[in-house]
Amino acid sequence: MTMIFGIPIQAFLGQLLVGLINGSFYAMLSLGLAVIFGLLRIINFAHGALYMLGAFIGYLLLVHLGIGYWPALIIVPLAVGLLGIVVERLALSRLYRLDPLYGLLFTFGMALVIEGIFRFYYGVSGNPYAVPTLLAGGTNLGFMFLPNYRGWVVVASLIVCIGTWLLIEKTRLGSYLRAATENPELVQAFGVNVPLLLTLTYGLGAGLAGLAGILAAPVYQVSPLMGSDLIIVVFAVVVIGGMGSILGAIVTGYVLGLAEGLTKVFYPEASNLVVFVIMAIVLLLRPAGLFGRDA
Amino acid sequence: MSEATLHEARAAASMRMERGLVALGIVGLVAAPFLIYPIFVMKMLCFALFACAFNLLLGYTGLLSFGHAAFFGGAAYFCAYAVKAWGWPPEAGILLGTAGAALMGLVMGFLAIRRQGIYFAMITLALAQMFYFFCVQAPFTEGEDGIQGVPRGHLFGVVDLNVPMNMYFFVLAIFLIGIFAIWRIVNSPFGMILRSIRENENRAISLGYSVGRYKLAAFVMSAALAGLAGAVKAIVFQFATLTDVTWQMSGEVILMTLLGGIGTMVGPVVGAGLVVGLENTLATSGFPVTIATGVIFMICVLIFRRGIVGEAYARWLGRAGGKG
Repeated sequence: MTMIFGIPIQAFLGQLLVGLINGSFYAMLSLGLAVIFGLLRIINFAHGALYMLGAFIGYLLLVHLGIGYWPALIIVPLAVGLLGIVVERLALSRLYRLDPLYGLLFTFGMALVIEGIFRFYYGVSGNPYAVPTLLAGGTNLGFMFLPNYRGWVVVASLIVCIGTWLLIEKTRLGSYLRAATENPELVQAFGVNVPLLLTLTYGLGAGLAGLAGILAAPVYQVSPLMGSDLIIVVFAVVVIGGMGSILGAIVTGYVLGLAEGLTKVFYPEASNLVVFVIMAIVLLLRPAGLFGRDA
Repeated sequence: MSEATLHEARAAASMRMERGLVALGIVGLVAAPFLIYPIFVMKMLCFALFACAFNLLLGYTGLLSFGHAAFFGGAAYFCAYAVKAWGWPPEAGILLGTAGAALMGLVMGFLAIRRQGIYFAMITLALAQMFYFFCVQAPFTEGEDGIQGVPRGHLFGVVDLNVPMNMYFFVLAIFLIGIFAIWRIVNSPFGMILRSIRENENRAISLGYSVGRYKLAAFVMSAALAGLAGAVKAIVFQFATLTDVTWQMSGEVILMTLLGGIGTMVGPVVGAGLVVGLENTLATSGFPVTIATGVIFMICVLIFRRGIVGEAYARWLGRAGGKG
C-alpha cells in the first residue's frame, strides 16, 4: 500500500475529502455571513439555525409529502429565503440605526427559538436522509473511492460560491449592492431602493444557508443541533478570513476545512480545536484577518 | 452602547436610588433563606454575581463577550477538582478557581482585544468554544459526567459548610464582596476611563490612554469575578459540569444583563433572579427553556433595550428622553 508521511494514502485522501466536504459548508455559510454583514452590518447568529432549518424542511418534505431531493433543492432555499425576508421586514430593519451588537443578540435569540422548536418536537437525535438514487454509490478514481454524493456536494458548493461571487462582482444588481455597502445614503439618493436591497440581501443570505442545509442533509444526520455546532466554527472562519472580501470568505472556508481534515489524519484529538488555534495565530500575526480590510 | 450615555446624565439621581435599593436588597437577602428554599437563593446569588461581572465588561467598558461561560464553568472545574482530588479546603479551591479564570481571561482577552465590536464578540465565542472542546476531551473534567460529589468541607477549618445556613451566609458574603468590588471598580478613576472607552474609544486614545491595556484589565477583572461566581457555585451544588462552559451559558448571562438593564448596578441582579426563577418554573412545566429564552431575547432587543431597571430609572426620574 502506498504510504504518505507514514499514513496509508487511502486514509489520508479519505480524511482530506471529509475536510473538503466540511470546507464546502464552511465556505457556503461564511459566504452568506459575509454578504449579510457587508450590507446590513449584522452578524447573523441565526445562520446556523437557518442551515438546520433547510435540512429539516427537506427532511419533512420527504417524510410527509414525499417530495424528493431534487425539488427540495429548489423549494428549501426559497422557503428559508422567504422566512429571512419576513424576519428582516418585521424585525431586523428596526435595528440598523443601533449598535451592530443588537443585531447579533436578536439573531441569537432567533437561533434559540428555531433550535428550541425543533428540539421540542424532534428531540436531539439525528434523522437519516437518504442519498438521492441518481447520486447513490461511488466512483473508483483509481487512487481512492469517491462516494458520488460527496463529489456532488463539492461541485455544487463550488457552483454556489462562484455563482454568488459573480452575482455580486459582475452584475448590475451586484454593483448596486457593493455601492450600498460603501455608502447607502448616496446610493439611495441616486434612486436605488436601498431598503428593498437590504431585504433581498438578507433573503439571499438566508436562502444560501437553507441551500447548504439541504445539501448537507444526506451527508450528516438531520438534527436540531447541526446548526449551532457549525456556526461557531464558521464564526472563527470569518474572523480568520475577515469579512471584507467575498472571495476571501470562500477561500478561507475551503482551506480551513482541508486543514481540519489534515489534522484528523495526524493528530485526531486536536481536529475540532485546529480552526480555533489557527484563529488565535492569525489574530496574533495579522489582527485584521487574512483578507480583512476593517480591523 | 449609545443609550448608556443616558445613564450618565442621570448618574447622581440613580445613585441615590440604587443606595436605597441596595439597603433594601441586603435586608431581603438576609431574610430570604428563612422564607425561600436556600439552595434556590444561592443559585440566584451565584448567577447574579456572574451577571454583574459580565456587566462590568459590557455595561461599563462596552465590550460584548460571548464567551464568559468559559470563566464561570472553568473556575467551577478548577475549584471542584482541587477540593475533591487534592482535598483542598473550600476557600483555597475558590481562590484557585478565581485565579484560574483570571489567567484564562488574560489569555483570551489578549487575543480578543486585537479586534473590535462584532469581531470581539465572535472571537470570545470561538475561544470559549475551544475551551469547551478541551473540557469535553480533558480527563480531569470527567467528560459528560462532570466532577460529582465535591465535598463542601469546613471553611477555614472551622465553619461546617454542610450546614445549609452556614453555606448560605458564606455565599451571601462572597456575593456582597463581589458586588462591592465591582462597585468600587466602576466608580474609581479607572472605571471612569473604562466608561470613556465605551463612549468614544478613539477619543480615549487621542487623550493618551493605552486603551488596549485598560480593556485587558477590565476583561481580566470581569473574568476573575465570573470565575469567583462559578467556583462558589461548584461548592454549593457540589459538582461541576459541561453545562456551565457551553455557549448557551454565555448567552444566558447576556440575557440576564440585557433583561435587567445593561450598565446599571442592580439590573443584572434583577435579570439573574428573573431568568433563574423562570428556568425553575419552566423546568417543571415541560415548556422548552430555550424557546422562552430566545423569545425574551428578541423582545428585549426590539422594544426593551434599557432592561427592567434601566426602564424603571427612565420612568421614575422622568427624563426618558432619547430613543432607547
